[in-house]
Amino acid sequence: MAFPMRMRANVEGDVVVVRVLMTHPEDTGLIKDKAGKIIPAHFIQSVTCKNNDKTVLTCDWGTAISKNPFLEFRFKGGKSGDKVTVSWIDNKGETSTADTTVS
Amino acid sequence: MNQTRRQVMQIGAGAAALGVAATAGLMPNIALAADAPGWNAPLFEAKSFADAAKIWGGTPTESADVSIIGPDIAENGAVVPVGVKSNAAGTTALGIVIEKNPTVLAGLFNMTDVSVPNVATRVKMAQTSNVYAVAKVGDKLLFSKKEIKVTLGGCGG
Repeated sequence: MAFPMRMRANVEGDVVVVRVLMTHPEDTGLIKDKAGKIIPAHFIQSVTCKNNDKTVLTCDWGTAISKNPFLEFRFKGGKSGDKVTVSWIDNKGETSTADTTVS
Repeated sequence: MNQTRRQVMQIGAGAAALGVAATAGLMPNIALAADAPGWNAPLFEAKSFADAAKIWGGTPTESADVSIIGPDIAENGAVVPVGVKSNAAGTTALGIVIEKNPTVLAGLFNMTDVSVPNVATRVKMAQTSNVYAVAKVGDKLLFSKKEIKVTLGGCGG
């Protein structure tokens, strides 16, 4: 399954602000479908954000993150033209990675 | 009313656990790959802020250095924008804790030396609840809270 991501990174003052929109069902494992069967939990557990291969932020997420998660974070020391990469791994071991250039 | 709801939620959670166990029995390989490296499962299963704080390893202290950005009223509990910001020096991690969710911890954000302790995301809320923005500084958990009213819960089927 493909999980595309949309992301944007901008320099604002002395920090780089990154906004990411991921595509993921984020099923909690608590909801039943129409047939009354539990929809198994399926959610992102770990997100790694890098700037030019240097890790700037790691996130551990639970089931309470909304469907199609949004993440906004800031880091220092970035400049225009740097490459920001965001990747995640979910509880089924599926992963997705996306990158963008700081503008 | 609340009691009944709670019981229903617990039954649901139990059934989910059974479902997971059944899946694990059938497909052990997937079960082994289940949790991402470093993912702290007990922390995410904590049922109260106090429990979560114990596992996370810190004493909760209310502080004005930490701020939470969120709406007063969320129409849809499935998508509640929440931001966490810390002005305390030496913040190593930020967290979002939703008091009345089945599991209280929504997310953890681990800082590095270059990250700015200011993040935002969107979370699910089962019902109107206090939401805690938590910043880990040394062995202290600095927090500030805000009640967000939810008109439509985010955990309903």
